[in-house]
Amino acid sequence: MDFLDYTLEELHNMLVNKKTTAVELMEAVYENIEKTDGQVGAFLELSKDEALRAAKEADEKGIDPNNVLSGLPIGIKDNIVTKGVKTTAASKMLEDFIPTYDATVVEKLREAGMISVGKLNMDEFAMGGSTENSAFKLTRNPWHLNKVPGGSSGGSAAAVAAGQVPVSLGSDTGGSIRQPAAFTGTVGLKPTYGRVSRYGLIAFGSSLDTIGPFTRTVKDNALVMNAISGPDKRDSTTYKGEVPDFTEGIEEGVKGLRIGVPEEYFQEHGEEQGVADAVKEALELYKELGAEVVPVHLPHTDYGIPAYYIIASSEAASNLQRFDGIHYGYRSEDVHSLEDIYVKSRSEGFGREVKRRIMLGTFSLSSGYYNAHFKKAAEARTLIRKDFDGVFEDVDILISPTTTTTAYDIGGKIEDPLAMYLSDVLTVPINLAGIPALSIPCGFSNGLPVGMQLIGKAFDEKTLYRAAYAYEQATDYHKQKPTFKGGE
Amino acid sequence: MTIKEELVVHVAKLAKLEFEDEEIHGFTEEFNNILDMVERLTGLDTEGIPGTYHGLIQENVWREDVSEKGTDRDELMKNVINHKDGFIEVPAMFDDGESGA
Repeated sequence: MDFLDYTLEELHNMLVNKKTTAVELMEAVYENIEKTDGQVGAFLELSKDEALRAAKEADEKGIDPNNVLSGLPIGIKDNIVTKGVKTTAASKMLEDFIPTYDATVVEKLREAGMISVGKLNMDEFAMGGSTENSAFKLTRNPWHLNKVPGGSSGGSAAAVAAGQVPVSLGSDTGGSIRQPAAFTGTVGLKPTYGRVSRYGLIAFGSSLDTIGPFTRTVKDNALVMNAISGPDKRDSTTYKGEVPDFTEGIEEGVKGLRIGVPEEYFQEHGEEQGVADAVKEALELYKELGAEVVPVHLPHTDYGIPAYYIIASSEAASNLQRFDGIHYGYRSEDVHSLEDIYVKSRSEGFGREVKRRIMLGTFSLSSGYYNAHFKKAAEARTLIRKDFDGVFEDVDILISPTTTTTAYDIGGKIEDPLAMYLSDVLTVPINLAGIPALSIPCGFSNGLPVGMQLIGKAFDEKTLYRAAYAYEQATDYHKQKPTFKGGE
Repeated sequence: MTIKEELVVHVAKLAKLEFEDEEIHGFTEEFNNILDMVERLTGLDTEGIPGTYHGLIQENVWREDVSEKGTDRDELMKNVINHKDGFIEVPAMFDDGESGA
């Protein structure tokens, strides 16, 4: 069974009409993984026995015809804790860590009847944009095996793009869902901050972190969001307001929708012309579909990258203090003092990029540099947020490219951390503002998928889905299959 | 702003990390490149602009103070390297007095 040929609703109907069973779907997942994961390298850990057992149970219990997710398989990014299943955040620090509880999203998915098939590769502690910072393995882009899948949720994106699983979960702190979705031709949503509980997400930048789904289609994405959204008493930052049915009205089209095009997002960022062209073409199509497209300005865009890297790294430096070599996680053998336990365990357990961010964050928070760095970045964040508040008085959504280029070569940026940071220019402002954004495929440049970013008002994911759905129905980019070009 | 290796060593100490001398050289250079980029903020006028330190909505969240059963201690101890009688065991050691521990 090739999951690239079916939507979640189609799979659900096949289950309800007994054309297939949950066990057959689950067996197909592991056959797909067996067939392609040697090349792609998306998974870190498989839960085959447990998943097949759960699938058998779902079949025996009977598929709920009113619950579209019942009995369907899903892959989970490895920074989302899963009870009894190793969760490493792709770090040597957590190489042997087996959580004693499930993240809220995992609990909710199980309640919805979904079955976790395994844990997906990522940049260590979600720090990176290529998944090359994983301590354990390299993940390759199913469209071209010599290209990165993006990151940090590279495994989650590659597994869906390669058709191994129909859906996966990722996390997005500065673009880690949207950028890999763009690089792999998949649909990825960064929800509004607080829409989805972070309980059980291994913390990186706590005021920026979000969890969201990767799917092949827009409606599939909305269906998974229906299951994972909502307030959680274990995460006091979750939004207490009502969770809408994200699929309701999704077919209503874009007639009269006002789309803002932030000019700063199309300026020179060392970008690939084919990317901007594909998005401009998409904007033309939106006009034909009845939307109004107007230019807007987000004047503080250029301050996004420095503000983001200071804030995210500062929060990370603080969050990662919990890894002390004592309570859990990696402990160095070569210790002669208490200080040694801390210093050697951390220095040996964390990879280079994680240490770089901890250093930048510690510096930004340190006495003498706090005002010029952390405080200044927080003020810049206010201005960036106000930019968005301002334009959303006039338009319903914004559209831009998700990234400035398509997927780059493996090894292309890993030695140049600054270049890697600068490539997040179009995604980080959204995290600083806390608002939702969706990346969907909108064409190809040099044979690689291009992602279009739809940015919305806080808690208005519904309008993003409606606009994305209208575009998707008018195009067939989401139906293209990965080419598995290149390779060793 | 250009920072020197001594400052990098100082920050590493604060962060409870250590680097080989060789790594410190490379790190200082990378760090300076990143800080040059970060310096972009210096030119931004933020006079009278309050900082944003939270994700989106800032409000206190209250709940009744009712006791609930927490995670079983034996379960939690499964991820501890060595433990005895409910305590975490660390290697026996004498502090050399210089490490600041």
